[in-house]
Amino acid sequence: MQEGAVLEMRGICKYFPGVRALQDVDFTLREGEIHALMGENGAGKSTLIKVLTGVYPKDGGEVHISGIDGAAVIRSPQDAQNAGISTVYQEITLCPNLTVAENMYIGRTKGAMTNWKAMNGGAGKILQSLGIPASPNQQLGSCSIAVQQMVAIARAVDMECKVLILDEPTSSLDEQEVVKLFGLMRDLKAKGVGIIFVTHFLEQVYEVCDRITVLRDGQLVGEYVIEDLPRVQLVSKMLGKELDDMADIKGESDGGAVSLEGSPVLEAEGLCSSAGIKPFDFSIRKGEVNGFTGLLGSGRSECVRAIFGADHVTGGSVKMDGQSVRIKKPLDAMKCGIGYLPEDRKGDGIVGDLSVRENIILALQVMKGFFRPFSRAQAEAFADEYIKLLEIKTASADTPIKSLSGGNQQKCILARWLLTDPKYLILDEPTRGIDIGTKIEIQKLVLKLAAEGKSVTFISSEIDEMLRTCSRLIVMRDRKAVGELNGDDLTQTKIMATIAGGDEA
Amino acid sequence: MTTPVKNPETKVKRPDESLFKRLTRQQLFIPVAALALLVLFNLIADPSFFMVTMKENSLGNPVLSGNIISVLDNASELVILAIGMTLVTASSGGQDISVGATMTIAGSVILRLVCGGQVNADTMQMNLFLAVFIGIVVSMCFGAFNGALVACFNIQPMVATLIMYTAGRSIAAWINNNQLPIINDVAFKYAGTFLPGIPVPTPVFITILMIAVFWLVLKFTNLGLYTQSVGINPNSSRLNGLNPRMIKLLTYVILGVCVAVAGYIRISRSGSINYSRNAENIEMDAILAVALGGNALSGGKFNIYGSILGAYVIQFLTTTLYKYEVPSTALPAYKAVVVILLVVLSAPVVREKLASMKKVPAKAVKEVS
Amino acid sequence: MPKGIAVDKQGRLKERVAMSDTNLLLTITIVVFFVLYLAAVVFLGGSFTKPQNFLNILNNNASLIVLSCGMSIVMITGGIDISVGAVTCLVCMTSAVNLEQQGGNVFTVILIGLGIGLAFGVVQGFLVAHLGIQPFIISLAGMFFAKGMTTIVSKEPIRVTNEAFLAVKDTRITVPGLGAPNKLGVYVPAYVEVGVVIALLVVVLLFCLLRWTKLGRAFYAVGGNNQSASMLGINVRRTKFLAHVLCSLLAGLGGILYFLHVGSGDVANGAGDEMNAIASSIIGGTLLTGGVGNVAGTFFGVLSLNTIKRIVSSLGFDEAWWSNITVAAMLCLFLVIQSIVLLRKNKK
Repeated sequence: MQEGAVLEMRGICKYFPGVRALQDVDFTLREGEIHALMGENGAGKSTLIKVLTGVYPKDGGEVHISGIDGAAVIRSPQDAQNAGISTVYQEITLCPNLTVAENMYIGRTKGAMTNWKAMNGGAGKILQSLGIPASPNQQLGSCSIAVQQMVAIARAVDMECKVLILDEPTSSLDEQEVVKLFGLMRDLKAKGVGIIFVTHFLEQVYEVCDRITVLRDGQLVGEYVIEDLPRVQLVSKMLGKELDDMADIKGESDGGAVSLEGSPVLEAEGLCSSAGIKPFDFSIRKGEVNGFTGLLGSGRSECVRAIFGADHVTGGSVKMDGQSVRIKKPLDAMKCGIGYLPEDRKGDGIVGDLSVRENIILALQVMKGFFRPFSRAQAEAFADEYIKLLEIKTASADTPIKSLSGGNQQKCILARWLLTDPKYLILDEPTRGIDIGTKIEIQKLVLKLAAEGKSVTFISSEIDEMLRTCSRLIVMRDRKAVGELNGDDLTQTKIMATIAGGDEA
Repeated sequence: MTTPVKNPETKVKRPDESLFKRLTRQQLFIPVAALALLVLFNLIADPSFFMVTMKENSLGNPVLSGNIISVLDNASELVILAIGMTLVTASSGGQDISVGATMTIAGSVILRLVCGGQVNADTMQMNLFLAVFIGIVVSMCFGAFNGALVACFNIQPMVATLIMYTAGRSIAAWINNNQLPIINDVAFKYAGTFLPGIPVPTPVFITILMIAVFWLVLKFTNLGLYTQSVGINPNSSRLNGLNPRMIKLLTYVILGVCVAVAGYIRISRSGSINYSRNAENIEMDAILAVALGGNALSGGKFNIYGSILGAYVIQFLTTTLYKYEVPSTALPAYKAVVVILLVVLSAPVVREKLASMKKVPAKAVKEVS
Repeated sequence: MPKGIAVDKQGRLKERVAMSDTNLLLTITIVVFFVLYLAAVVFLGGSFTKPQNFLNILNNNASLIVLSCGMSIVMITGGIDISVGAVTCLVCMTSAVNLEQQGGNVFTVILIGLGIGLAFGVVQGFLVAHLGIQPFIISLAGMFFAKGMTTIVSKEPIRVTNEAFLAVKDTRITVPGLGAPNKLGVYVPAYVEVGVVIALLVVVLLFCLLRWTKLGRAFYAVGGNNQSASMLGINVRRTKFLAHVLCSLLAGLGGILYFLHVGSGDVANGAGDEMNAIASSIIGGTLLTGGVGNVAGTFFGVLSLNTIKRIVSSLGFDEAWWSNITVAAMLCLFLVIQSIVLLRKNKK
């Protein structure tokens, strides 16, 4: 082990069926340091943390913890706790029906009885010292989400850990609470605790962290001292594009099919939804490809969900081809000629046990109506047409869609919407988690659709994909549209700067 | 994850799989195997089980009689219920345990209407078809009530239907003022016994009719696709324009229709009703039929014909047990054991274990051959 | 969610701590019971004013109190057990056969009751906790199994004539200070049966278990959020298993108490008690989704349910079916209320 390190992970590998989630990743955490773990979605951050806390067994590599000789064996969250690793997860892993004090002590006290007095006393002290506005005997569920998150942190802190993992703890906190949390983190740092901090908010990283480790596609990109890594470079490392490459890219892409003179297909004004995005304006022209960009959690998906009526729309107006329409539920949007390929393919896209054919015809079938099913021959013709057109690799149209690979599942969902012949197609992360070949096919398809006069909104975490396809980009940050880029502004540098916000230092 | 195979030839056959394995993969394997086992048992134990004879019934008509006929006849209610239960299971991932009670309600309504409020009626006081139609409507309302609790209030189906399970028989008794009306009109009993001059029991025809109706409904509407889609992934279904709540509600209403038809058959067998014993424990058999038909009790994909076959298998089992003089009151104990075996075998944990156990011997066999 | 959330927007602590869901629902239940009973006394008078009549609710429902407490525990962990009524029946019948035909005594009856309960609990608990099968299906099968077994043990009703047993059965414990003159003007002290004492003891013991032991708190944690509970270091499977064992064990005990009250084995014993137990638990403030509830509430739930039944019957609806309809209506009402409360909470 290195001098001063509390945790060392060496050559960690983790495989899921068909995926290398982590490949030979090293990670070192020193005593009294706040260490940011960065990477886009699917980079392997959560997997690394879950391996460390014993939620997943690792397939290779070693974990060393100071004070433990040899490689540490961590098989369950319980083992991790005993080894001095406390974790606060992004989702609150507490029981809302128990009191605050119970949530802080349950599962880690000795004896068969519960000593309420001692528990409430102890909890009261910790809550007070951390300035958490909750009473020990209050039911957790009656606290705000932020306070619940703080209680989870209090529990972790109280376990006298050597390593504290905070997995996106700030996503539910407001500014003041974040300040409080940072104060707490600095206190712990002073006491010599090593903190692993996972977040998507760049400002926060630069405010509180000492070091950054960047992961991409399950591989280690590097470990940097914070001063050595300016924001823009961090973004470029996360997204996997070197700054030097950037100048050329614009030349390669012909900026998608630009047709700024076409009439607007969809115009939305002041749209907001129950998912908590700030009201935004949006419009798209015939034959245009535009996109929402921004880091994960910036609200780009919520925007398109609001357009499609997938979340409860709470305000704003929408015009389709100049006609005012009300989109309250997805079927309304579908009838207006909008198609939506959701971000979460497994949870919102495919209907796993149904066949490829049924998945492809589903949307069109719903639009056609309950009493007018397609005949078997018709359905087969549709499915075969699109299986051939999009080159979907499946044993047959009768195969359950869940047994296809991710890329082919995604093509089926695409086929589903193409079949409805939409005027406007929203593609939210259509290329996530699928192989390069399919990614390119999908991008080509998007351009082809635009050339045919359809409008497309394209969302991707990979900026070069967006550059290749979109002629206009709306940049989101913190659930707010912060900029719109088109024409000459459409360069990687400019986009990254807008995403990162603040100074370009 | 399957390797992409383009050649259609190779999709059906997988050379590394034994015939047995391919057979067991089939959804209908379990009910067919169970039926074969029962048939075999009866063939060996007493082949006369399968004898079908012509006998004269109480009205002096020559009719078919025998264990097989009685299986086909007595399974009717169960088959009809199993159809509705399959849809409910598929859409909501739970079962309706109030079907026996609602059958009694439907029966009670029909009986009250045809008796016109009399305790002992010799002729029908109301057009039979109208009475049955009203019975169906009432039953649909109760189905809608259950469905609303499930779909709108998100109560687990089995707890939601527990309400009607408790109250149903009491409501049935209340409808007839707790009297036990008897109808002596021969025409009323046609549906439950025999039509004049036809030696096959009428319930068999009604069942065939119901199966045909559902075959047509499934063919000419999107009921099957929507129900499965909602049962498998409600989120995705909603994003494709479906309304999962309405579809769940619809399946419960459809089950209400099935329940009413079954309830009508049941009371027209005797022309009278016993509120606490009418169609007792039939909910258990209906759930069992769905499970036996290879349908997941947690919802999603369904095969209605599997459930129908399952229902016949259960009736076959019941008739066999009767033949060996197992008292009817003790039957639930035997069936409970079958249910537990079935759910244990279909539990994911057990399946994984079995799969990992099977792999080893399969390899061993290969090496020997 | 209770009103008066303890933290205002600036994050300052307000004086009053909001009531927990469990306590809120418990309070509602107790208030509902007293309002019901007072209303009955005021408007219906008559039998409701006599102390003995109140105690008879306890005498008649000692077994149900025990069953409902067991049900509450399973429901707190997020499960359900609908086999309890049938287990009660099986225990009664087996005990009756044992006493009358096999020369058993009071102790063998206790052994039989608890043994049957334990057996059901272990099997059901294992299937639910370790194989992850829906508790409803398992206990439905358990219910039919118990029903079938009862008729296999004996189809005919058996009246018990064992003297030692009858002596226990007829023991009346007078409650000091309560009583009323009878028709002849003679003062008759109010009494409770042995079963009531046992049932009350069970309520107190379980209350302590749920409040002050780690196992009790684990029941709540598991019901509140399965995954969180395991992240917090609780053995979820073991907790669920123990909840089912406890519930069935209490069903066995409930069977003994039922037997002690009626003194006979009959296939109709305990019919519909699973429903009464679920309804009592829900009226007593146990959430169907788990994590919230209290045996004290359940106790008042049993009292409320039976008070309503008696009110309905003294209003002239005394036919047997009204009682079932009342139970179902109450259950439906409280289920819908719970569901609305939950929906609102989730929206926040």
